[in-house]
Amino acid sequence: MDTITTSKKEHKQLDPMILRDDFPILNRKINGKDLIYLDNAATTQKPWSVIESLRRYYEYQNANVHRGLHTLAEEATSAFENTREKVAQFIGGVKTEEIIYTRGTTEAINLVAYSWGRKNIKEGDRIVLTEMEHHANLVPWIVLAKETGAELRYIPIDVDGMLQMDNLDQIIAPDTKLVSVTHMSNVLGTINPVKELAERAHAQGALMLVDGAQSVPHLQVNVKDIDADFYAFSAHKMLGPTGVGILYGKEEILENMEPFNYGGEMISEVRFDHADWNSLPWKFEAGTPNIADAVAFAPALDYLNDLGMEAVREHEKEITAYALRRLSELKYLRVFGPTDVKHRGGAVSFIDREIHPHDLATFLDSRGIAVRAGHHCAQPLAKRLGVVSTARASFYIYNTMEEVDKLVEALKEARRYFCNE
Amino acid sequence: MNEQLDELYRDIIMDHYRNPRGKRKLDKIDIRNEGKNPVCGDEIEMQVELEDDKVKDIHVGCMGCAISVSSGSILAEMVKGKSLSEVKKIAETVKALLRGEPVPDGVDVGDLEVLEGIKQFPVRVKCALLSWTTLVDALESHEKGKDVTLSTTE
Ligand SMILES: Cc1ncc(COP(=O)(O)O)c(C=O)c1O
Repeated sequence: MDTITTSKKEHKQLDPMILRDDFPILNRKINGKDLIYLDNAATTQKPWSVIESLRRYYEYQNANVHRGLHTLAEEATSAFENTREKVAQFIGGVKTEEIIYTRGTTEAINLVAYSWGRKNIKEGDRIVLTEMEHHANLVPWIVLAKETGAELRYIPIDVDGMLQMDNLDQIIAPDTKLVSVTHMSNVLGTINPVKELAERAHAQGALMLVDGAQSVPHLQVNVKDIDADFYAFSAHKMLGPTGVGILYGKEEILENMEPFNYGGEMISEVRFDHADWNSLPWKFEAGTPNIADAVAFAPALDYLNDLGMEAVREHEKEITAYALRRLSELKYLRVFGPTDVKHRGGAVSFIDREIHPHDLATFLDSRGIAVRAGHHCAQPLAKRLGVVSTARASFYIYNTMEEVDKLVEALKEARRYFCNE
Repeated sequence: MNEQLDELYRDIIMDHYRNPRGKRKLDKIDIRNEGKNPVCGDEIEMQVELEDDKVKDIHVGCMGCAISVSSGSILAEMVKGKSLSEVKKIAETVKALLRGEPVPDGVDVGDLEVLEGIKQFPVRVKCALLSWTTLVDALESHEKGKDVTLSTTE
């Protein structure tokens, strides 16, 4: 890839204008305008290499994995396992036994709630979450707490949308069995101090789960450095296909967990009245997995590796800082989340005090600009912020400053359209 | 460029949005219901006063987008003096308009016609339906002697 130029500071810098060519969808016109895709927190667009890989898999390699002795089956298995190795490297060099394929972050968290939670959470135990969790890291625990009689506690946020860390001892108290926190908020953009939280959790004998759906795509993540016990994320938010997610879990914890689904692939031996579980990671991968999408996740990881996650983060800091500055010029907007890009990623939620987010999103769409409007699957957080819904622009590697300018112009135009200004 | 958008946000819609009818809360409430659009979290509160099984007065409290507020406002304007079966028929007409299907006979379409522009915007159809679903659910349950407390657009 010739998308990388070396800057004076000797670290890689990415040029969105060049790498846009790798993303065919960005040539689309929406309502007669150039598409400006600012809904990357929901899902990112895919480069040619990923699209081609999907096609090539079905055209050339398709077979079931782990169960055939023919050439295709071997090739498919090896491509499938090759992605697993790349994932293990991508998040800090963990063992492949610790990388479990799921359908996405949601299923990864449900797997933990089901397999680990139902065995280890008892009445009176405490599960600690935060006020900024996505429903994926909320509903499984609400259900588990209801079933077991466990107690849920939430680390509150402050006015800037950062976690209030001062009363933590009372929240992560001795009865805590699990602390489950998003690494980066999909609404506020806040980057949470998950390493510190893991330390606090471990000090009380609790485990630490990190929802990495928004962080792995945007930050250099090292799960060993964080010392997370579980770490979950989705391929589709980082250039990869939909339908593939990853649960990282520490080997000794996964060893002691019961399977999530039962059936083929996850067993070592089955008799009519008994079954033994397969070894890690396959114990948690019953049935035919999503092979094609897992295989096509590899070129997405290659793409990010080639850019370098530091360069990805730098670009995002730059564009987010610019967007925050430009949006703050519009006095009728309320912009949520931390103002310092050191503490945040590129998901920027805002409201216009007069225009409902739905109407704003429809208006922006008429200008070719894709943003999300709604509660972003974090209804308790919206309530906490005192709003029903917000509009959200979220950036990725191919977004440019010009696109931010166009967003700002369109927001001004919306005022003229709806408020006769 | 604004043509489609102007179809959606017609003057009448924006007028209903800025000055929604049925804003006043009722003193005598025979039926109460709330509606929720789970997609966006928008909520609507509805109060109905009945007389001889017809809607005598109605309150529509909607914290929502231009489409859901104006649709609720048009509803408040249209359903007064109507029976359940008449309200249902109007609601069917709204659905037909939003889907671009022929409207049932014998309904005076009136302001409803402005909702037609929404059919170009499938994701916004639910916004327009919220108030209608909430009212029909409320009246139906009342007729069966059941309580409703919440309707959703799902
Ligand atoms: C913070 C966060 N957690 C979890 C999820 C759920 O991810 P998925 O829908 O891929 O399972 C998302 C994505 O919407 C998210 O932003």
